[in-house]
This record gives sequence, structure tokens and C-alpha cells, in this order.
Amino acid sequence: MADLSSNLAGIESPNPFWIASGPPGNTAYQAHRAFEAGWGGVVWKTIGDPIRNVSSRYSSIDYGNMRMVGLNNIELISDRAPETNFREIAEVKKRWPHHAVIASIMVDTREHWHDFVRRSADSGADGIELNFGCPHGMCERGMGSAVGQNPDVAQTIIEWVMEVATIPVIAKLTPNITDITAAARAARRGGANAISLINTINSITQVNLDTFVPEPFVGGLSSHGGYCGPAVKPIALNMLQSCASDPKVRLPISGIGGISTWRDAAEFIALGATNVQVCTAVMHYGFRIVEDMIEGLNDYLDQKGFGSLDELRGRAVDTVRKWETLDLNYKRIAEIDYGKCIGCNLCYIACEDGAHQAIALANPAGYGLGPGRVPNKPVPEIKEEECVGCNLCSLVCPVQDCITMVSVETGLDRLAWADYQTRLAAGDATAFPPHP
Amino acid sequence: MSLSPKLSSEQLAVNLAEIAPRYTEQQALVESSRCLFCFDAPCITACPTGIDVPAFIKKIMTGNVTGAARTILTANILGASCARVCPTEVLCEGACVLLDRDSDPIKIGRLQRYATDHVAEHKIQVLKPTPKRNGKRVAVIGGGPAGMGCAAELAHLGHHVVIFERKPNAGGLNTYGIAYYKMKPEISLEEVELVKSLGVEFRCGVEVGKDVTRAELDQFDAIFLGVGLGEGHRLRIPGEELPEVVDALTFIEQIHTEPLDRVPVGARVAVIGCGNTAIDAATQARRLGADKVVVIYRRGELDMSAYAFEYDLAKRDGASFLFHHAPLEVLGASGHVTGLRLALTRFNQSGAVEQIAGSEFNEPFDMVLKAVGQQKQSAWLTQLFPELELKPNGTMARHPDTGQTNLPNVFAGGDCANGGREVVNAVGEGKKAARGIHAFFGKPPVVGPIQPSRWGVAHGPYGSGLDAPIRVPELEAKYEQLSPASHPEPATSALTSKIQ
Repeated sequence: MADLSSNLAGIESPNPFWIASGPPGNTAYQAHRAFEAGWGGVVWKTIGDPIRNVSSRYSSIDYGNMRMVGLNNIELISDRAPETNFREIAEVKKRWPHHAVIASIMVDTREHWHDFVRRSADSGADGIELNFGCPHGMCERGMGSAVGQNPDVAQTIIEWVMEVATIPVIAKLTPNITDITAAARAARRGGANAISLINTINSITQVNLDTFVPEPFVGGLSSHGGYCGPAVKPIALNMLQSCASDPKVRLPISGIGGISTWRDAAEFIALGATNVQVCTAVMHYGFRIVEDMIEGLNDYLDQKGFGSLDELRGRAVDTVRKWETLDLNYKRIAEIDYGKCIGCNLCYIACEDGAHQAIALANPAGYGLGPGRVPNKPVPEIKEEECVGCNLCSLVCPVQDCITMVSVETGLDRLAWADYQTRLAAGDATAFPPHP
Repeated sequence: MSLSPKLSSEQLAVNLAEIAPRYTEQQALVESSRCLFCFDAPCITACPTGIDVPAFIKKIMTGNVTGAARTILTANILGASCARVCPTEVLCEGACVLLDRDSDPIKIGRLQRYATDHVAEHKIQVLKPTPKRNGKRVAVIGGGPAGMGCAAELAHLGHHVVIFERKPNAGGLNTYGIAYYKMKPEISLEEVELVKSLGVEFRCGVEVGKDVTRAELDQFDAIFLGVGLGEGHRLRIPGEELPEVVDALTFIEQIHTEPLDRVPVGARVAVIGCGNTAIDAATQARRLGADKVVVIYRRGELDMSAYAFEYDLAKRDGASFLFHHAPLEVLGASGHVTGLRLALTRFNQSGAVEQIAGSEFNEPFDMVLKAVGQQKQSAWLTQLFPELELKPNGTMARHPDTGQTNLPNVFAGGDCANGGREVVNAVGEGKKAARGIHAFFGKPPVVGPIQPSRWGVAHGPYGSGLDAPIRVPELEAKYEQLSPASHPEPATSALTSKIQ
């Protein structure tokens, strides 16, 4: 059994799975349920001055019969009194001393921040997360993403916080910014102990085509909401890698954004996250999902021979480089396993209409066809000379391992765009002819 | 003892309710989402009317249900009834590529019904009548699936069409002869209205040859024969004239034309024959309240022409099967059926069925349903069109693509031409013949329905679509094997000829 325990800037938890700040971490009742289910930490729903929410609050996008591929939310921070929240944090910590409880806070003035930081520490919380991310409602009042989008302001607030902080401080960043590393560097400059990312993304999920009011519907109007759920994972991974590879950040990172499975978590950790936070998947299925996450991650680490998360952490960070460093002479092409092909011809039409016209529909004579294949139906055939190795056919193929991409030996030396430009300038290379 | 209704109308409504109810919106979404949206999909080529199945399923998935119905009805005017009565297991669903991925095929029939129900229920007109500016007039004889398929396509191509139908209502077997739990006659009558809305003229209750003469028919620019099959074959055994010996199709027609609680049925019913009509009769007799229903077949279980899923349904409904038995005589007393005299049969060395001497026994029944196939219309046809060339089996010789007979202005399709196949075959043949007639009028050939980007259209011969279908020999072999058309001889002829 691998060691799943994690330590984010001194905050220890039995495993890397935390509940992200949001509806599932609103009360002591929920925190107890989360820990009973096996979660390693809970980031409390953001505590601040009392607010009032609207009804309704969430909307989502479905894909086919998949529900809630992406979720959007206009619910604000906690609508409970700060003293209630801090009292409940104290209760939870008493009962779960070895699990992480993080107070997420969001206020405005220096004095106010000082007050909330002190009260967080007094409650027994293991750490503080500064909510610089919410893209709806609070940002109109100069908080949330309004802070995260302005690195100087964020840095100033972090400096205020660090003046009185006695427990680790995590700055939670917004993705609604051109370059997230600017905010991450500001967090570093301000003295934060860690960063977490991403918060939700500005979004409108759908428009009701009868009322012409987008969802969520609030008395005839709607508002921009924060987008999360499985659909945002690629955006989160991109920002995570950017921060993890930036030498001017160098802070532990708590990864957030569309994580639903152990596999997602492993990918985040491989791209540099110390631990991960989950919200939408719990809103969809409940706290019970963590059982599979723990078991799956454990088995994966064992299978790879990794003794702890440290051995996985960051392994993929350095393989993401600038495009100009990629080898122009590397080539792969598609290969079809005719024993598996069911004849849907989706690869053909995707390539023909949507890509590079590198698949033909050929006479099936001579192909070893899979069981049940209709004879005489044309078979897709890769035109190897035309195939640019784009992957599209293998992406649309509905049969596992039917189309694989195989590397081709070109006999050419590695040549990246940057080197190519240098060599061209030096008269050391001839220009590639344009694709016909 | 004479026959009588057995159950209350409430119980009958339950027993004869549709066995495959309409999908809910959610079911339709879940099922349509499973479709891979194949390019050049085999389900299209497996459909005798060439419905662009992936296109209509995709439309259901996006909520464009009206568009889905338009795609279906453009290709197959009887899309609503075919959705209910097609043996999809051996047609479109039998060709689904998901079967090759060890998955359940898409429930194409159920989705098709969802779409066609939508426009029927909301009275959405998806097909607009075409102006009849071509000036050509076509007589369609027979208002069944072939005739309606032909008429709708001709009307779409701008021709004036008159359908002559012998029965009070058009629709043919769809109106009178489909198992009640598969489709109510109202669906077929709605389809008749749909065809009417395209500008087709119906003359029902008219017998061609009697009420309409050949000379009157010859006034039309072309004639389509879609007259179906004739009366049921006789058993040719003693006692057949007793009143409780009923042709299975007559029995099924009664269910469609009379209130269910007035349809008489026996307590112990024998069904002679083992095709799909026999199964329909047996299942409906059970559902009408017969205590015991025995399907009697002179061959074995593996020889029956009924589809496997129909056989399963009859067994689930409690029908019994007596294979390798043949009726020798219908027993009667006081002018009513009391039973059957049966004998065991076996295959002799040459493969023919023969009776086993000394194996005779009596079995009590109070009703006998005959389902041993239907006669061809050859006598009627020869009388009306003496110069029409018929095949030895009584069907018409015709061009496979156009349906044209040896008389240039006479075209044929459906059961009278193919010997008896599915509704969808009849519609497809009617549609092909309509295009044949259109070409006969010197009009440019009609192509489609075909996806605009279909590879085969430009490049052949591996394309598909109605006009250049991909051949699927394995599927066709399976279909031929299962289709009643491959059993042209009446089921009891070999035995009865021996008895005689």
C-alpha cells in the first residue's frame, strides 16, 4: 500500500482528497459526513460578512444522456454567521484532529482580514484559504475574482493576512485572467504559503429558447455564473502546469477543477499538484465517491511502484514545453485493427470532412474482418502518405484500441522550429516546401 | 358449441394493449444518444425503403423530433406503421454495428415510432403536397402498403393518382391484418389520411374488374398493381366447412372491425400452420381469452417460418406447440367443431413430410384457425390482364428495380409480386415502381433519399442508398431464410396431397 498522506505547506491530511470550498463544505454536519466517507480534508464554504442568496442558483450542461458535464453556480459565499461557522470548525476539529479543516475567508478591509485570520486560527483550523476567485456576485463588491484579477491588490491583501497569520495560508486563484502565473507570482511575493487553483470560470450555460432568459432563472433575469465540473478539467490542468513550471512561483499547489475520479487526481498530481480539491462531483454523487478515489489512486501507485505521492508529483510538468521546441521531424500515423473494426466509418468521415482526407473507403476484399462485420461493406483504409498523424480518427473511433497511432521512423534528425529558424538564418538549412 | 366472447372489455383492453409502448422523451434521448451516427450506415441499406436512420436518430437527440419524422416519412410514407410492425431484428437493428461491439443494437423501431407519433399527435404536416402539374394520371389498384407507397411517391413527383380499394378502408393488412397488440387500425387509417393529404384520390369499396372495367383503367397513363394476396389456402380435409373453422386472417380482421368484447373465440383453439400469421392468431386467441391454444405444424421447430421473436412471444402468451403433427379431419357434432383428428408426421428419405401410419388420434377443440398461407391473385389478374406474364408460382414477372411488368404501362409491387413479404418491402417496392413509372413517363431519374455527402453517390460501387444499395449477402440470406417468401408452397400441401 502506497502512502497517500499529503502535506500541503505544513497542512497534513491522511490522503490528498479535500472537499473544495463550496456547497458540500457548508456545515459541520457535512464535514462530519465527508470525513466519515474518507475525505482527507474539508475547505469550509467561504466565510465572510453575511450575505443573502437568490433562488435559483445552479444550472448545467448535459451531453447526450450525460448529465451535468459542466455546472454553473451563482450562489455566493456562506450565508451563515461567521461565529456559527468558526464554532462549527472548532467542533469538527475536535472530533477529527488528524483531518485537515481549512477556513476559506473573503472580506474587504485590512482590519477585517486581520480579524478573520485570527478567528480562523482561534477556531483550530489547520489553514486558511483566501478566496480570490469567485467570479459572480462578490466580485461586484470588490472581492473574489476582482482581487484575483489584479495581482497587485492580491499581493497587498496577502501581505495584510501574513501580518497576523499563525497557520498556513493558501491563496485561491481565479482562472478568469489572461495569465494565471501573474496572480501566482503575486501570491508568492505576498508571502502566501501555497496556492490553489482553479476557481470557477465565468459562464452562461444555456439560454431558455422560450423565455430567452438564461439559466439559472431568477425572477425573469439571470447572471454570469461560475463554471465547474468535468468540462473544466483541461483548463485547470493547463493553468496548473503553467504555475507548477514557473520558477517565479515555486509554491505548493492544491489542484482544483473538474476532478471526479482517482485518475483525474493522479493527472493533477503528475502536473504538479500536492493535493486535490473536489466539489462538483460531490454535488453530483455525494461524499461516497472518495472510496473509489482512494482505492484507485492507491492501486495505481502500487502498480507503478511509487511508495508515496511524492514519487508521482510533478512527473509530467517538464514534458509540457513551448511549441517551438517540438520535433518537426517526428511522425506518427494511424493504424486500424481490422479484427476490431465494426464498420461505423466515423473515422472516414471525420478525416474526409473534418481533417486531412487521409482515409479511403476501400474494397474489403483481403481484410481480416472482425466477428460480425458485414462483408462487402467498404472498410476504412489509412492513406499512409497523406496521414499527418493528427489523432482525430483514433479520437472518434468508438471501439477501444481499434485505431492506434504508431510512431514512424523517418530517418531524420530532431528539428524543432526554433532550431530551424536559427539554421535558416544561418543559411544552414533549406526551407520546408509548403504542404500541397 | 358455438364460439363466444370470453372476457370483459376492460380485461380485453389490458390483454390487447400495445406490447411496445411509446418511448418517453427521456427514453428517446437516452436511446438516441447511444447511436454512433455511423457514416454510410448499414441500417440504412438494411431498410427496404432506405430511411436515413442515423440522421433521424440524431434529430431526435437534438430535440428536432419533427425533422426526424420528416426524414422518416420522406423515405417511407408508412413510417408510423413500419415502426410498429417491422421485424427490425432482421432488418435495420440486425445490421446495427453495435452488435459487433457486443452491445445491444439501437432500438430503431421504437425511436421511429417516437418521431412519427410526435407529428401525428400534434398534427404537424411534415410533407407538403406537390402541385400536380405533370398531367399524368396513374391508377393504383389496391390501397395496401405497396399501393400507398407507390401513390405517395407519385404524388410527390407531381402525378395525379387514384387508388382503387376493394375494402371500405384503405391500408390493406395494416388496417385489417396486424396483430392488435402491435398496432391499432387507427394508426393505419391516419396513414391513409396522410397519403390523401398529398393529393391522392381514394376510391374505396370499389372492385376492379366489376365496378371498374379494364377499359376504364386503360384511360390512365400507367397502372400499378398492389393487390396483395388472395384468400387463405384451404386445408382440404373433411369437416373444414364447419362454422368454427376460420381463416386466421378473417379472425384477425374481426378483431380490427368489431368491438373486442364481441369477437368470438373458442375455449380450445387449434391453429394450423406455423408462420407469422399463425403466431399472430395464436397469441391473439390467447389474449381474447381462449383457455388453450395449440399451434399444429407438420414440420419441426426449426422448420417454422415464424420469426424467433414471434415464436417466443406466443410461448410467453401460453400457446402450446405441436410439431410434426398434421390434421386429418375436423371432427364435429351437431354442426359444430368438437376436435381434430391428428396424425404424427416425419420426413421421409427424400425430405418430404409423410404421415406415420397408425399414429392417428383425436384431440378436442372447439375452434380451428387456418394459417397455411394465402393464395395468389393469379386467376383475378389473368382475367383482367390476360396478356400479363405471371411466374409459375402465380406472382408477376417484373423488373427488379422499376417493378415494370411485361406490359410497359403496368407496374407491380408488394405481396402480389414478391409472394408475400413484410409491409416495409411492399412500401419500398411501391416507391421503386413509382420512380419506374416516373421514368416511363420520360422524366429524369429520381435519386435518393441519400445523405448529400454520401461517398457512394459520387464514387460507387461501394456507396449506398436506395438506388445503389450495398449488398449485404449475409443479412439477405438470414432474411430470406426467415421470410415467409421462401416458403411459397402452402404448409400442408405435401401432406394433404398424400392423404388424397
